[in-house]
Amino acid sequence: MTVRLMLTCLCDAFYGEVGIATVEVLQRIGCRVEFPAEQTCCGQPPFNAGDWAASRAVAERCRTVFELDDPASVVVTPSSSCAAMLREGYAMLFPDWTLRAQVFEFGEFLVRHRGIVEWPGRLRREEPIRAVYHRACHGRGLHLGDLHERLLGTVEGIEWVGLPQAEQCCGFGGAFSATHPKVSTGIGMEKLAQVATTGAEMLVSGDMGCLMHLKGLLSRQHSPIEVRHFAQVLAEAQ
Amino acid sequence: MSVPKVEAFARALRGEVVTSVRTASAAKVASRVSTLGEAFDDIESARTEAARIKDEVLDRLRDLLLEFEARATARRIQVHWASDAAEANRVVLEICRRVAEPGAIVAKAKSMATEEIGLNSALEGAGFRPIETDLGEYVVQIDGDHPSHIVTPIIHKNRVDVARSFVREGLGPYTEDPAELTMQARAKLRDVFRQASVGVSGANFLIAETGRIVLVENEGNNRFSTTAPRVHIAVAGIEKLLPSERELPLFLKLLAGSATGQRLTTYVHLISGPREANDPDGPEEVHVIFLDNGRTRVLEGRYREILRCIRCGACLNVCPVYRQVSGHAYRHVYSGPIGAVLAPALEGIDAIGDLAKASTLCGACEEVCPVKIPIPRMLLELRDEAARAGLGKRDIPWKRFATLAGSELLWRAGLTLLPIARKLPSALGREWAQKREMPMREGRSFREWWRERS
Repeated sequence: MTVRLMLTCLCDAFYGEVGIATVEVLQRIGCRVEFPAEQTCCGQPPFNAGDWAASRAVAERCRTVFELDDPASVVVTPSSSCAAMLREGYAMLFPDWTLRAQVFEFGEFLVRHRGIVEWPGRLRREEPIRAVYHRACHGRGLHLGDLHERLLGTVEGIEWVGLPQAEQCCGFGGAFSATHPKVSTGIGMEKLAQVATTGAEMLVSGDMGCLMHLKGLLSRQHSPIEVRHFAQVLAEAQ
Repeated sequence: MSVPKVEAFARALRGEVVTSVRTASAAKVASRVSTLGEAFDDIESARTEAARIKDEVLDRLRDLLLEFEARATARRIQVHWASDAAEANRVVLEICRRVAEPGAIVAKAKSMATEEIGLNSALEGAGFRPIETDLGEYVVQIDGDHPSHIVTPIIHKNRVDVARSFVREGLGPYTEDPAELTMQARAKLRDVFRQASVGVSGANFLIAETGRIVLVENEGNNRFSTTAPRVHIAVAGIEKLLPSERELPLFLKLLAGSATGQRLTTYVHLISGPREANDPDGPEEVHVIFLDNGRTRVLEGRYREILRCIRCGACLNVCPVYRQVSGHAYRHVYSGPIGAVLAPALEGIDAIGDLAKASTLCGACEEVCPVKIPIPRMLLELRDEAARAGLGKRDIPWKRFATLAGSELLWRAGLTLLPIARKLPSALGREWAQKREMPMREGRSFREWWRERS
């Protein structure tokens, strides 16, 4: 089947490797991937900031680029945040409009749409690595639950440990991270304190928003903890 | 860049307060999950049912209020209507002046509605002596403080703070032992109950079909406050109704589980009216004051579902922002996620709409809410409303962002310039980089990789 990749602005700007990993995984399961090069942003940043007029302008473009009126259009994005924007945010922005395309968060597409419950493969490392998974908050509205953790749990070469207080946000919150830096980093430090209790060497999540923020905190502390997107772990497992 | 008020408050907050709030909140989140899991076969359908019942109450509010008034009056409970805080205080003072001597003690059971109307200062202004009898509220009162949580008012304090306050008030010798501190307060408060002429409480639920007042508590001070004095006054928001007592088991279990991780509170009171001729004790008069104070306006507007709230405080406990800033950062009686919607809904967004921006929109609040209030959606709507009203400072030029994102060419040019742009001084960048490294391009560019392979 053919899917359209919504890269996300963060992967477009900083984390190209996550986009590449997403394409590699999709191809490995037999999907043909299209990348509409005209894509920019889904409009979530101004939407969350309250500037719905600016958000509508960006979102309308996104509707056209990804043909969101077409039930045959299948859109996959490695971010629960962007998927939630298309599925929930647009309903608030455009009350008279209905999303007809099939929009999936990447892990959701693999597990729920393609029915993939095991990921045969082993991380290319000499030693098994101890890892924790952080659930991105926008997965709540999409009812993603623990589907990423279940799939990742089948990858060999990783010892998964449960993250205490998993329901707690990382503190990123988009523009909030810059307008409320003390609160944002306070929440992030709390998340990292929980990660530290597990002795994890690798922190994995399905959303680069969370990971950009946590990575920023970790590198300021010169932490050796490796930060990886869900797609990168699957792509690495061969 | 101006610093938002919640952020400014967090910057000035003592580390011990954050520790107290975080520790207590995390413990309550854990006990809530395990208790509700045991109490309900299917917590999701219980929450859906509770939300449906509260919506029905809001839809039929006028009729249910009149039904309550008729049934309660038949029980000799006197029902009063107050359109705002001043009117509610006036009704309480009129009753107190009629039945109590000047300077009389008024025993207060814990009540957010009386916090909302500022009843204590109204009573003091009229020469009465209100004394809070809930342990946490008592500490708040002797410290001249405000509750920082709707269920656990001194979550921001630790036992050392309480020990010092009790010594200062002459309650007994210094001790940090919670049991001993409780006994010191108990001795003091027993005298209050004996001497009080009037007891004032809130109400957790008011039953339309039977005209009864339902109160839940753990300390027994509600029982004393509502039975020992000659007169009991309950102050409650108009949204506190339930259609009948058939709904009570569901709501009592949801409230206790969500608020304190209990299967049921230690006491559940169903108050049926003043004492009968043969009763050995009980108040001679019982009054209910229904408080509107902006609720009718909220009922007609965009934030109507916020009136489903049963004041359990679960959204505060689970909120990552609340844990960092504590309740006082919200500058309102109602704090945390519920306060961030209820406060501006009641007071107006021009007064306190900034609270809506102090959120990561993580959605944990909605996930734990026993009546499924869509708080994140309302925070977004409040942000939209504030922006359309021209309120709040625009830190980010979203219009320019929209122009950039409106064209592939400009967008890609922007991405190319990003490595340079991130080095330029900017207020937002400075804030970001206080404790975090700025993001930078890692590995290959997706667009280049895609172009090369196709």
